[in-house]
Amino acid sequence: MNEYQYWANDPEEAAVPMDRRGFLKTTGTGIFLFFKIRDISFFTQEGPGRVAQQNVPSDFNAYLKIGEDGRVACYTGKIEMGQGIVTSLAQMLADEMDVHIDNVDMVMGDTDLCPWDRGTFGSLSTRAFGPSLRTAAAEARRVLIEMASEQLKVPVKDLATEGGAVFDRTNTKIRTTYAALAKGKRIERHLTDPVVVKKPSEFKIMSKPLTRRDAREKVTGKAQYAGDIQLPGMLYAKILRPPAHGAKLLDVDTGEAGKVEGARVIRDGDLVAVLHKYPDVAQAALSKIKAKFDTPPANVDDRSIYDHLLKVAPGGKVVAQAGDLASGEKESSSVLEQTYLNAYVAHAPMEPHTAVVKIEGKRATVWASTQAPFGAREEVAKELGFRTEDVRVITPFVGGGFGGKTAHRQVVEAARLARLSGSPVQVAWTRSEEFFYDTFRPAAVVKIRSGITGKGRISFWDYNVYFAGERGAPHFYEIPNHRTTAYNSSWVGAEGAHPFATGAWRAPGNNTNSFARESQIDIMAARAGVDPVEFRLQHLSDAKMKRVLQTAAEKFGWKPAKSPSGRGHGVALGIDAGTYVASIAEVEVNKGTGDVRVKRVLAVQDMGLVVNPAGATIQMEGCITMGLGYALREGLHFKGGEITDLNFGTYEIPRFSWLPKIETHILDDENSPPQGGGEPAIVTMGAVIANAIYDAVGARIFELPMIPSRVKEAIHKG
Amino acid sequence: MEETLRFKLNGKPVSLTVDGDRLLLWVLRTDLGLTGTKYGCGESFCGACTVIVNGEAVRSCQTPVKEARDKEVVTIEGLAAGNGLHPVQKAFMEHDALQCGYCTPGMIMNAYSFLRKNPAPSVAEIVEGMDDDLCRCGAHKRIILAIQAAAKEMHGGL
Repeated sequence: MNEYQYWANDPEEAAVPMDRRGFLKTTGTGIFLFFKIRDISFFTQEGPGRVAQQNVPSDFNAYLKIGEDGRVACYTGKIEMGQGIVTSLAQMLADEMDVHIDNVDMVMGDTDLCPWDRGTFGSLSTRAFGPSLRTAAAEARRVLIEMASEQLKVPVKDLATEGGAVFDRTNTKIRTTYAALAKGKRIERHLTDPVVVKKPSEFKIMSKPLTRRDAREKVTGKAQYAGDIQLPGMLYAKILRPPAHGAKLLDVDTGEAGKVEGARVIRDGDLVAVLHKYPDVAQAALSKIKAKFDTPPANVDDRSIYDHLLKVAPGGKVVAQAGDLASGEKESSSVLEQTYLNAYVAHAPMEPHTAVVKIEGKRATVWASTQAPFGAREEVAKELGFRTEDVRVITPFVGGGFGGKTAHRQVVEAARLARLSGSPVQVAWTRSEEFFYDTFRPAAVVKIRSGITGKGRISFWDYNVYFAGERGAPHFYEIPNHRTTAYNSSWVGAEGAHPFATGAWRAPGNNTNSFARESQIDIMAARAGVDPVEFRLQHLSDAKMKRVLQTAAEKFGWKPAKSPSGRGHGVALGIDAGTYVASIAEVEVNKGTGDVRVKRVLAVQDMGLVVNPAGATIQMEGCITMGLGYALREGLHFKGGEITDLNFGTYEIPRFSWLPKIETHILDDENSPPQGGGEPAIVTMGAVIANAIYDAVGARIFELPMIPSRVKEAIHKG
Repeated sequence: MEETLRFKLNGKPVSLTVDGDRLLLWVLRTDLGLTGTKYGCGESFCGACTVIVNGEAVRSCQTPVKEARDKEVVTIEGLAAGNGLHPVQKAFMEHDALQCGYCTPGMIMNAYSFLRKNPAPSVAEIVEGMDDDLCRCGAHKRIILAIQAAAKEMHGGL
């Protein structure tokens, strides 16, 4: 059993309260190496607004332990939600320390065992945390060599390491092991000075493809998620929900529900819940509750939302500019003004938000599906009036997050009900609750005015994004006169903007921005009568982006042609989380129905050093597949605060039959720092399909999702 | 109505007194403690709750437990004998056919049932057979590869 799952077989054992202040003591003997994320700019750059902003810890935010058993463990507040860091972080640690990867344990997302961490989002684990982890591991190895030198009476320069052992390279029989060096000792080191890490040419485990380390648990059903935690005496809670956001509970009759055998009805202000030892019985009892709500009138719906957003948009913030727009416009032979729209999109992880809370005296233990266990801890402490250090959040496997699990209302609900009932409580949202309380990707508007000269050069670019967020808004083309302005520069809307909560959704902001930017570039290429790949190359000076695009064109077998060529080929570029992406797609459009079939998607990415090529490839494939959803079908239906898509029957997500041929290529760039992998390849999916549709049928789609009726209408408009 | 139900669960006889209208998913997960079978949507759209009843893949979130009476139920926990892995499980591991892993038990159970009926499927047949199983991480390409590999390894036998 891997140690990151140490709690799995016996949640009770893991629930024993631990003295937070003494948590290091409980970790026993061994060699400990404490370190923090060196580049703190990552903390301030981005992240979900909902996570309580805390000071960056001055002490440490992760540590390594070399145990007497020779196992090496990394304790980090990061969590595993499918993105694969349980494998890639272990690769870094094993390689730098020269231990076998099977002897590496990742202890993740437990607020008692792991130092504070802001959360797992923004494709930051590899690019921000990874370099620090490698340095710490290299330092640990150095410490072990020093200790071995003393013990073996061999100079440090003659010692080498391999497979968790230190040996004299002149006489390999003189050797000891990390286990032996750690035996009976308690050594603590804080990493201060940067240490030399291995060069890519020295890697034995990093940059080699490795399948997921958590696969065995996951294919056998042993992997535990928050909903799989069952405690003695635990009750499942089902909560009365309003029909719409903003609705007020007027009257409630819980009489019939209370008659269900074993059911407990709890009412505390607006919170009405039924608790039962079986979740389905609790749900059935809940359905017997009669409630009246006052629902405010619906002032906005999925059609009128864009006008509403433009009306309520706050003042703009210029995020990038150069030159002079007016003079650029004067030089233009064509000026193109377009508005791009995208609908609200749900995160819809397969595992709905779930939490278990157990209260003992003034301490609480929480098992939660969350991307931010330390944020969840703060919220529970606040709700219960406990000290933060008296709340322990344990993060089991998380069944998908995509940004949606940086919000954890369910944790607070479970805490409140555990307090009110005096029993351990599990709150596991139904699919309809998951849709209702999602922090959706915001509906957004992008308005672009741009021009080209008679010679086909982009002369000016006036880019205005409303409500998507500014990530991915600045362009990367050679344009002499340009300005990028963000109105409501976060994905969390200003008060009164959205009828329900919005938040970070995989590559937040960038999906909207890349759709608009790359569509507009294509429109200009068509106006200039230049092949869209060639037009982009003519306006790129960034060598990295050029290489990514040229590689994509070559691998795809791109034949230059003015669009629309009738072939249904489209291209789009993007930069996200430091990674450069070029995507090319081939589509087939049914002119009669407007139905779009994506036949092939090829993506090329430069992400710097690749820690696990297999993991990075899967993330690219996942991005492409998930991206088909927001491009083609996903757009939330609602009337005011009433969400009318509450399950997969009406809210369609990608399925096997949508699958195009997917080809991914990662460029060799091992001497550059690692960049993000979980998000970049999704950002181009809207534009690459829109551009391919245009190439196929000459119809331009300005609104996501590109549902058949919208495509059909665009075709008929000509 | 509480009733005593007997059925075979992962090869072993089970007897329990339960309201027969309760759904198999919740009885498996809570009364019987087999949490490998997951809730995803509760309305048969996603397949995370798929188990095998008398050789057929069923959505346990829509199946009253009384329908299992005197039948054989297999869940992800019982797919392989002992501590081994079924070829479908092995293929999912080897092809990285999962990310968050939450849909995985249902995917594997449906793939198993599908391969029983069609031991040498084409890609188009796999797509059709798996199309009502949802995965949000986007592991679809790998899942198809894994099912092809499992089919090959099993040579038509399960």
